Amino acid sequence: MKKIGKQTIEFDNPPTISETACIVGPKEANGPLAKYFDQCLDDEFWGESTWEKAESKIIKETANLVISKSGIATSDIDYCFAGDLLNQCISSSFGLRDANIPYFGIFGACSTFVEGLSLASVLAESCAKNVLVATSSHFCSAEKQFRFPLELGNQRPPSSQWTVTGAGSAIVSKEGNGPFVTHITPGKIIDMGIKDGNSMGAAMAPAALDTLITHFKDTNRAPSYYDVIATGDLGYIGKEILTELAKKEGYNIEPNYDDCGVLIFDKKNQDTHSGGSGCACCGSVFSGYFFKQLRDKKIKKILLIATGALMNATSSQQGESIPGIAHAISIEL
Amino acid sequence: MESNPLDTQKSYQEYVNQKSPNSPIFKNCINAFWVGGLICSIGQIILNICTQRGLSTEISGTIVSIILIGISAFLTGLNLFNKIGKFAGAGSLIPITGFANSVVSPAMEYKSEGYIMGVGGKMFTVAGPVLVFGISTSIIVGLVYLILNTQSITLV
Repeated sequence: MKKIGKQTIEFDNPPTISETACIVGPKEANGPLAKYFDQCLDDEFWGESTWEKAESKIIKETANLVISKSGIATSDIDYCFAGDLLNQCISSSFGLRDANIPYFGIFGACSTFVEGLSLASVLAESCAKNVLVATSSHFCSAEKQFRFPLELGNQRPPSSQWTVTGAGSAIVSKEGNGPFVTHITPGKIIDMGIKDGNSMGAAMAPAALDTLITHFKDTNRAPSYYDVIATGDLGYIGKEILTELAKKEGYNIEPNYDDCGVLIFDKKNQDTHSGGSGCACCGSVFSGYFFKQLRDKKIKKILLIATGALMNATSSQQGESIPGIAHAISIEL
Repeated sequence: MESNPLDTQKSYQEYVNQKSPNSPIFKNCINAFWVGGLICSIGQIILNICTQRGLSTEISGTIVSIILIGISAFLTGLNLFNKIGKFAGAGSLIPITGFANSVVSPAMEYKSEGYIMGVGGKMFTVAGPVLVFGISTSIIVGLVYLILNTQSITLV
């Protein structure tokens, strides 16, 4: 493992993503990617009494699912990285409290999945055999914490995004036959002064742009090197902004670029405005959709850039702007 | 070379505004107008029925409020009011129905944190500002009235 260029890490013995799993909620199950998800719930509560408990259960069951799918014994999983959107990451810590695996709680807002994969890859190349990564989000618990009660009769502006209910998880292993994590480009915090909490895509797009361009410069790669470049949850507006700004910088990503938040919902019929968001957006779309495509060799090289808005409800009310972050991970066969 | 929107925060904000679609204001206004009008008409019908049955206007007004609040709270509980609100916006928000919804919805949301600190403590998180500034405004208006109309006030 070595640092190349400004901030990218290149692996000498690239770790493998052995297995992924995802569980999603009922709205995602009605979306265009439904058939790729491992399990779809028909009820947001999943038999629990609160949304927070439901989210913990989703991440817990997703972690169990990835372990059982991989065939790796729980005792062979050395560490785990997990995070979510709820205060102090309670979904992850409550969901994994019985897992009996050394646990790192991480927070990168919606960029958590790639942050986890990056850290897991570093550990897998250095000292660990298998590392678990898990992340979750829940529409209802996120609305409660960041916005208004669900039953309040208000209108959402067209730029708002819909938090994905679900969880994604992956196991990164030292040994394996790929897909391999070849490079990671951890992102810098970029704040362009956007204050509107309903404009997350626009707040995060400059961070995504910075990470994207840095990755290309550090690795001497062009956008066409990848079969797919996917961002986590920029949504329709953020996607358009990133495409346009990248073009201004001389990188044409349009032919192979997509956004998980755009892919997961049917904008017209599901009334999700600018698309999906949340940790589980990138987590479930990669674990469900892209990973299966990698496995089936339909795509061979993907650059996954998860984007996060590093704010909370208090900072918004105090008039703070929204700092954005984006982490990129290059996964190749 | 043309300027880059990322040069300054201001130019980026302008760029984002231009990229973000606007709310369909005309459609929203029409929907707000007719739904708001419908709610007020229902109130008027109830008022007329009450006065016809010999109740005073004051008591009839109270009955109208109680019935509309009751219906709104009930529809909130049935997960219907948010759909009406999404469609009608200010049309269902501004009448007393919106106020009832803004009290009942957090009460439902925070029930998971217990009846005292959850329902009791959080019930007015949305409606609280309306109450504080509504009551404060009425005090100011009352004071203005008092100063301008001292002669007309008789201490009975």
